[in-house]
Amino acid sequence: MSGTGHIVKSYDEELDSLRNTIVEMGGLAEAQLEAAVRSLTERNTELALKTVEADVAVDDLEHVLDNMAIRLLALRNPVADDLRTVISALKIASLLERVADYSANIAKRVVALNQAPAVTPMSAIPRMGNLVRRMIDDTLKAYAKEDADLAHEVWLRDQEVDQLYNSMFRELLTFMMEDPRSITSCTHLIFMAKNIERIGDHMTNIAEIIIYQVTGQAPSQERPKGDKTSVTMIDHVSEEE
Amino acid sequence: MVQSFAGKRLEAVPETAEEVIISTRNVDVFYGDNHAIRNISLDIPKHRITSLIGPSGCGKSTFLRCLNRMNDTVESCRVSGEILLDGVDIYGKDVDEVLLRARVGMVFQKPNPFPKSVYDNVAYGPRIHGLAENKDELDEMVLTSLERAGLLDEVQNRLHSSGTSLSGGQQQRLCIARALAVRPDIILMDEPCSSLDPIATAKVEELIEELKTNYTIIIVTHSMQQAARISEKTAFFHMGQIVETGATEQLFTSPSDERTQGYITGRFG
Repeated sequence: MSGTGHIVKSYDEELDSLRNTIVEMGGLAEAQLEAAVRSLTERNTELALKTVEADVAVDDLEHVLDNMAIRLLALRNPVADDLRTVISALKIASLLERVADYSANIAKRVVALNQAPAVTPMSAIPRMGNLVRRMIDDTLKAYAKEDADLAHEVWLRDQEVDQLYNSMFRELLTFMMEDPRSITSCTHLIFMAKNIERIGDHMTNIAEIIIYQVTGQAPSQERPKGDKTSVTMIDHVSEEE
Repeated sequence: MVQSFAGKRLEAVPETAEEVIISTRNVDVFYGDNHAIRNISLDIPKHRITSLIGPSGCGKSTFLRCLNRMNDTVESCRVSGEILLDGVDIYGKDVDEVLLRARVGMVFQKPNPFPKSVYDNVAYGPRIHGLAENKDELDEMVLTSLERAGLLDEVQNRLHSSGTSLSGGQQQRLCIARALAVRPDIILMDEPCSSLDPIATAKVEELIEELKTNYTIIIVTHSMQQAARISEKTAFFHMGQIVETGATEQLFTSPSDERTQGYITGRFG
């Protein structure tokens, strides 16, 4: 019965446009990440600057969505799955806005990075970027199709991103120790990788919200986490020896 | 247990802590050949507000009327199954239905004060049940009931005016005062706010909230928002059966049955 429409058709239309706005925001956020990473690999400052500017479009959509959700809450008094849809949309929109911010931050760093000579160990960033873009893509598919299984699959997938981030972090640390002149560039790269890793985290958060929206229950188990960089130390003694 | 958004578990009011005042088991009601309600088993927790919701003709009012044997007045009506009030079968041979109805009071959809004074409306029950020894005791009962119904301040100076001269919301609260005067344990309410404006509705809802400290309240309502606002437990009726029953919060955020979801979200058709 929940598969059928509401007796009041305009209610369905409002919920549909709420969902469409989320999908649109997600599409923009994904394109932003793609552009930011491409501007890095291509050393394309112009594209990076455009990516920074484009962030405002996602911010605008978030405002539009907030207003739609507030209107729905005030005028329709949604309950059950409708209530979960509206609350989820509010939360997802705020996370997607953050995702676009991270991409803009990557693009800003590309502008800075392009003023220095190229550094080699950055191949992991496009790989992380691709992995996370697939996560965004699948998260949006799960959202559009209300597919809790796919959302659950994305929710578990974040560990791969974390592992890639860990190995890149270690690689860059070694690189900086070998050649201190690369510290500025490598630090930018670490922040970029961290931004992508955070986008992956946000996708798992959105996946959790989708699972709640569809089933009414949050995932019961703890999510496996793989980012170990916050406890990684450089072993000075062994390096000096 | 209720699950929060983040997957952490929030402690809900433990179900075992609730004392059951009315317990119904396998209740069926027939009007002649019409099988109006089927196999209803529902526990009513003491000093709580329980809402019965469902589309018109689903049997919720019929069920409500079984709880104080109001259906006895309908000739073709036959009730089977068990309805226990504090463990005693209210359809048992020794049960005096007049006393039962004093213990299980009722408030109807349309305010129906007697064409008597405000005072006499409330004093009516205590008089016929012989609850007051003298005039002072009766006065005390009338004033306490009016106060508990949140009406005393508004009618203090017009106790001897006609009950029908009050506003709709005041009349409904007068009917609640009349029900309270015979010292019931349970109050049945059949859409008590359906003919009231939002302000009068809010006053009655506030009153219902206050009353649950001393009384058990069972309310039939067509307003989903009202059920969600005031009740702790909700039962969803459909085609004479209970489809789903549970904590109101759970039922309005994550109903387990598709029919409940369809009804409360406005998709039922």
